[in-house]
Amino acid sequence: MRWLQDPILDVQHLTMRFGGLVAVNDLSFQAGRGDITALIGPNGAGKTTVFNCITGFYKPTEGMIALRKPDGSHLLLERLPGFDINWRAKVARTFQNIRLFSGMTVLENLLVAQHNPLMIASGFTFLGVLGLGGYRRAEKEAIEKAKFWLEKTRLIDRADDPAGDLPYGDQRRLEIARAMCTDPLLLCLDEPAAGLNPRESLELNHLLLSIRKDHGTSILLIEHDMSVVMEISDHVVVLDYGTKISDGTPSEVRNDPKVIAAYLGVADEEEVQQVVAEIGA
Amino acid sequence: MNAPSITTTAPTDAVTRRFDLAAALKDSGKSALITLGLAIPILSYRTEQSGADLFLSQRWGLVAIMCALVFGLRLFLHAFTATKAYRQATPSAHQATEPVHAEPSAFQHVSKFAIPFFLGIALAFPFLIVMIQGGLGESRYWIDLGVLILTYVMLGWGLNIVVGLAGLLDLGYVAFYAVGAYSYALLSTTFGLSFWICLPLAGILAAMWGIILGFPVLRLRGDYLAIVTLAFGEIIRLVLINWVDLTNGGAGISSIPRATFFGIPFTNDEGGFANLFGLEFHTMHRGIFLYYLILGLALLTNFVTMRLRKLPVGRAWEALREDEIACRSLGINTTNTKLTAFALGAMFGGFAGSFFAVRQGFVSPESFNFLESAIILAIVVLGGMGSQIGVAIAAIVLVGGPEILRNLTFLQAVFGAGFDPNEYRLLLFGIGMVAMMVWRPRGLISEREPSVILKERKAISGSLVKEGHG
Repeated sequence: MRWLQDPILDVQHLTMRFGGLVAVNDLSFQAGRGDITALIGPNGAGKTTVFNCITGFYKPTEGMIALRKPDGSHLLLERLPGFDINWRAKVARTFQNIRLFSGMTVLENLLVAQHNPLMIASGFTFLGVLGLGGYRRAEKEAIEKAKFWLEKTRLIDRADDPAGDLPYGDQRRLEIARAMCTDPLLLCLDEPAAGLNPRESLELNHLLLSIRKDHGTSILLIEHDMSVVMEISDHVVVLDYGTKISDGTPSEVRNDPKVIAAYLGVADEEEVQQVVAEIGA
Repeated sequence: MNAPSITTTAPTDAVTRRFDLAAALKDSGKSALITLGLAIPILSYRTEQSGADLFLSQRWGLVAIMCALVFGLRLFLHAFTATKAYRQATPSAHQATEPVHAEPSAFQHVSKFAIPFFLGIALAFPFLIVMIQGGLGESRYWIDLGVLILTYVMLGWGLNIVVGLAGLLDLGYVAFYAVGAYSYALLSTTFGLSFWICLPLAGILAAMWGIILGFPVLRLRGDYLAIVTLAFGEIIRLVLINWVDLTNGGAGISSIPRATFFGIPFTNDEGGFANLFGLEFHTMHRGIFLYYLILGLALLTNFVTMRLRKLPVGRAWEALREDEIACRSLGINTTNTKLTAFALGAMFGGFAGSFFAVRQGFVSPESFNFLESAIILAIVVLGGMGSQIGVAIAAIVLVGGPEILRNLTFLQAVFGAGFDPNEYRLLLFGIGMVAMMVWRPRGLISEREPSVILKERKAISGSLVKEGHG
């Protein structure tokens, strides 16, 4: 149970209400450092709301979201302004409906992701305009880093094409590359395999495993594609109607009657037992 | 599994046949007949009064001209649509490798030779005009027109930062122009500061007002942003009218110190510009100096903007235009980014304003009405948002165009001696603009030039570039 011993993300009693609607209800879970944690649940379970709370797009109604840095210090994400969650807390995210800068080239997309370090290198624009300081060198390094990620996601040949021209699968990978260019400690992926064919989804698995292995980035992902979830995740959290119904390793979760009930839409506990007996799980 | 059957649809007749002349002639003939039918009661007779009597004068010639005109236009329309349909139905080979919406890149045609060409013309313009017109006095009109156009080029480039790059629709840009003009007018008349000290001060003051405007509108988008910026422009104008103690109200501020050549006045006496440089005194020396002054300021605006586009702040502006939410998720402080765009755009507006004051020697709130904002915005939109060269061309067309149309006396040959082109110039101009927006809805140069390249420079089709949410 690595996620209990050394969590990178600690969500405590998170509640999000929109008027009378309770989207997330008293949710607590941990994501382990170096783990791939999957957040699953039926449509409308509140997964994306949890993501939006973690990445600062919503301010939670109640609760605490703590990010633990490798040196042991805490940052409370719900108190940081939106952009600082990426810059100071090093949490990066992708979006369910891809949000690339479609009119900018692939390379430009990756340079925008390195905005803050480049901004410092350009002396907050003042030195950069005059051509002073180390901006030129910093930009070269930024391009090198972008190239590294383009090679890793096999997009290097399309570096000078506008992002909006890429096919869907490439756009998904570019969004991950762009998020990785911010050097995140925690990468949050909102349905990264949506719309991918089986081969692309397998490729995505390799990419995510290599991100975790080579860069020490922990991954939190929302996914409906069970081949991705069960294959690569170390830890699965199941949401239904905004509450956590199960939490554990993939095999534990797979056999949890509550999860089966949630996915099959059976309410009665006895009926669940019956269904479980029938399917022989 | 059955493989999907490959179907080949036979191309339809209308497309393969490039232009069906018989059908077109038939249709055009029909249109001409309809015109004839309409023209007989409307055009063919005209009542004329001579003394107490009324005569019917026949105008069959006019009817024939109208019918012929309709016939010809209809035929032309057929030919045009047929070739267009044919071209669309039979794509050329290279189109297969291009994105669907990529039109032949006007930018690539223009940019190679146009930029040095325009720069050369702009630098040599006063001398060319003096040579063509044969004297300094005769070229006054043209040099004044050049100064006017360059002022709008500079304003367009300034607004381009806010609207074109950051995608924030600003309908009150003239407010910063006014702040710059009044800054110079007040600082020079009250404290006797010189133009070169007032210029940066005017820029700083305008930038400050840009930030003051920026704060309340940070959360606004689209129409709401446009309305608030519009209101801001009006507020500044109304304050200038009503704060009589400071601004002298609607009467304006007159006798603003005129431009000097870095301290040397353009006067006809000992120590004047002409005297010092051994030239014969002429009032146009100042005009030419002003021309180069505004050219320098406009080029400075262009240089800074081009530079900023390649810096992180410029990329952040463009990213903000493309997708604000994605920007925030990448750690970009969108508040600061928007404010810098407002401040920098306003600063260049302030520079242009203080140039306006030093050129006119007189400022009044009347010069800073909404129409000015609208013209500047039209320049940016017509030029193609974000494109520097497009904005420059649009400024020449929009400011120079109505002036050129003053001189269309040859139209009198068509419409009779009583025709005054001056009365119709704005109508003609409006038609031209509508045609322009039909032809190129994203502006003259809609392609976006990437700010950084790895291997190969490719222009980005305007259909991919977003207009921003403002």
